[in-house]
Amino acid sequence: MIAVELLKLARRPRTWVSLGLLCGLPILVAVFLWWTKLGPKPGEQPAFLAAVLSNGALFPAAALAIVLPLFLPVAVAVIGGDAVAGEASAGTLRYLLLRPVGRTRLLVAKLVAMVVYVLTGVVLVVATSLVVGLNLFPSEPTAVTSVSGVALTPQQLAVRIVAAMLYVAVSMLGVGAIALFLSTMSDSPLAAALGALAALVTSQVLVTLDAAGSVRPYLPTRYWLAWIDLFRDPIPWRDIDRGLAIQAVYVAVFLAAAWANFASKDIKS
Amino acid sequence: MITTTDLTKYYGPNAVVDGVDLQVSAGDRFGLLGPNGSGKTTLIRMLLGLVYATRGEITVMGRPVPKRVAHVLPRVGALVEGPAAYGHLSGRRNLALADAAGPGGPRRTRSARIADALDRVGLGGVDDRPVKAYSLGMRQRLGLAAALLRSPALLVLDEPTNGLDPFGIREIRDLLAELNVAGTTVLLSSHLLSEVELLCTRVGVMDRGRLVLQSGVDELRRPTGRILVTSPDAERAEALLDGRVEVRDGDRLVIRETDPAALNARLVAEGLRVAEVQVERHTLEDAVLEVTRPGSDRVDRSERTDRVDTVDGHDDRG
Repeated sequence: MIAVELLKLARRPRTWVSLGLLCGLPILVAVFLWWTKLGPKPGEQPAFLAAVLSNGALFPAAALAIVLPLFLPVAVAVIGGDAVAGEASAGTLRYLLLRPVGRTRLLVAKLVAMVVYVLTGVVLVVATSLVVGLNLFPSEPTAVTSVSGVALTPQQLAVRIVAAMLYVAVSMLGVGAIALFLSTMSDSPLAAALGALAALVTSQVLVTLDAAGSVRPYLPTRYWLAWIDLFRDPIPWRDIDRGLAIQAVYVAVFLAAAWANFASKDIKS
Repeated sequence: MITTTDLTKYYGPNAVVDGVDLQVSAGDRFGLLGPNGSGKTTLIRMLLGLVYATRGEITVMGRPVPKRVAHVLPRVGALVEGPAAYGHLSGRRNLALADAAGPGGPRRTRSARIADALDRVGLGGVDDRPVKAYSLGMRQRLGLAAALLRSPALLVLDEPTNGLDPFGIREIRDLLAELNVAGTTVLLSSHLLSEVELLCTRVGVMDRGRLVLQSGVDELRRPTGRILVTSPDAERAEALLDGRVEVRDGDRLVIRETDPAALNARLVAEGLRVAEVQVERHTLEDAVLEVTRPGSDRVDRSERTDRVDTVDGHDDRG
């Protein structure tokens, strides 16, 4: 069933369009940057962009910082929201269940397909932005310094970028689980995706709000940018660990809710 | 093949299916009839484990549903409330995905099985255009092909000829009859009486969630005790059979009598010319209309409060 879901994902034009857009945004930013040579001041968002002008090898990290807050989670919300509700609204859900595909198995396959989508997206963003960064900006992959100013070898840089990619992918799972849960609640993929986006926006707003300080550590987006710590020396693991733990909790809670709802649901679509 | 006892489903306070005791035997061609909103589709969904019953028992092929539905479904081909496919993929790709998704059979025979199923439903020569470019009839045929992919022992078909033209309807009817002769039990729902009359050996009639009639088609179509005779000498015949002619209309007579051969012999012996003798039978339509009321798509003023039960958000269109 997992293979079937991956096949369906791969054959859907929407998948490739969204991945294209995902890679397109950092490229667009790079072109503007290259044209104007006008970077943000060091320390300003998006992270790393200031350093890119002097070293293109850092652009993959900057690209992750660009797509992470909005583009990637929106894509995940849409894919997750579409997972079950899309099948329901197309009428194919009942035929899948009649093959029969167990309801739990279907949910797991949808989740795996979503994880693969996120990983593909992150890998493609890093790969295209690496090519773009090395070509548009003066590049010295051998002379990259970490945020803390310590020199990184190309191997160190590669390992840290891979770790950052994994962290970003894991960060998306919370939103994905929420979207998947909503997708089992509704027969409208749009409603499910919008619901997940609403949760996302709420979290993003509360994170910046001092008055919401008491709930801040538990918001799904709170530690989203903690992967930047991977480019410090020594690496402060505290936020990264917390971010992973929070994602694990969100995934566990919302997947359990999705399963409980879907397994006992009357399929009337 | 299928047995239900006291099968009941409530949506909110309304019983959509109400105390249904359905009995479909192996080898039956069972037609489920009933007006729109009478609960046919919900009943079918419960038989297939898509909707969970509020009360009652279901047994399909000797196993309890929904508990053991995973063991039942691999031997069932189903079409529920219209076909559905991924519109951006071709028919073949859709069938391949369906086949890969469940225990359908070995992968190396997949394309052969798909070709066979497409041939059976008259789509053997279909090209690789996406399903969204299919006509309604082609989609219906594709849905049937998906149901036939793994040579099911039981076919459960909700409105199988929907969207087909008269040729297509006859083709599908012949196909179902052929599969039935080869051993497949067929349960189909329809609101087309003629379709059921031509194909089915048994019928069940639903009305407002209740199974109000369950019977063999032959029993329903029993003689009425009248014989229709056409004769150029109708006037003399009426005089001869005095009292037993109920209607005379030109050269046509309606006669109270049960033995057509005896009646014919008597008329001929009297030197009357007989053009046609026909036993009048109850029609399926009479039998169905006798036990049902108009469907939920009709909402009469005086009935409105009475009919709330069928006007709910999940009106089954079957």
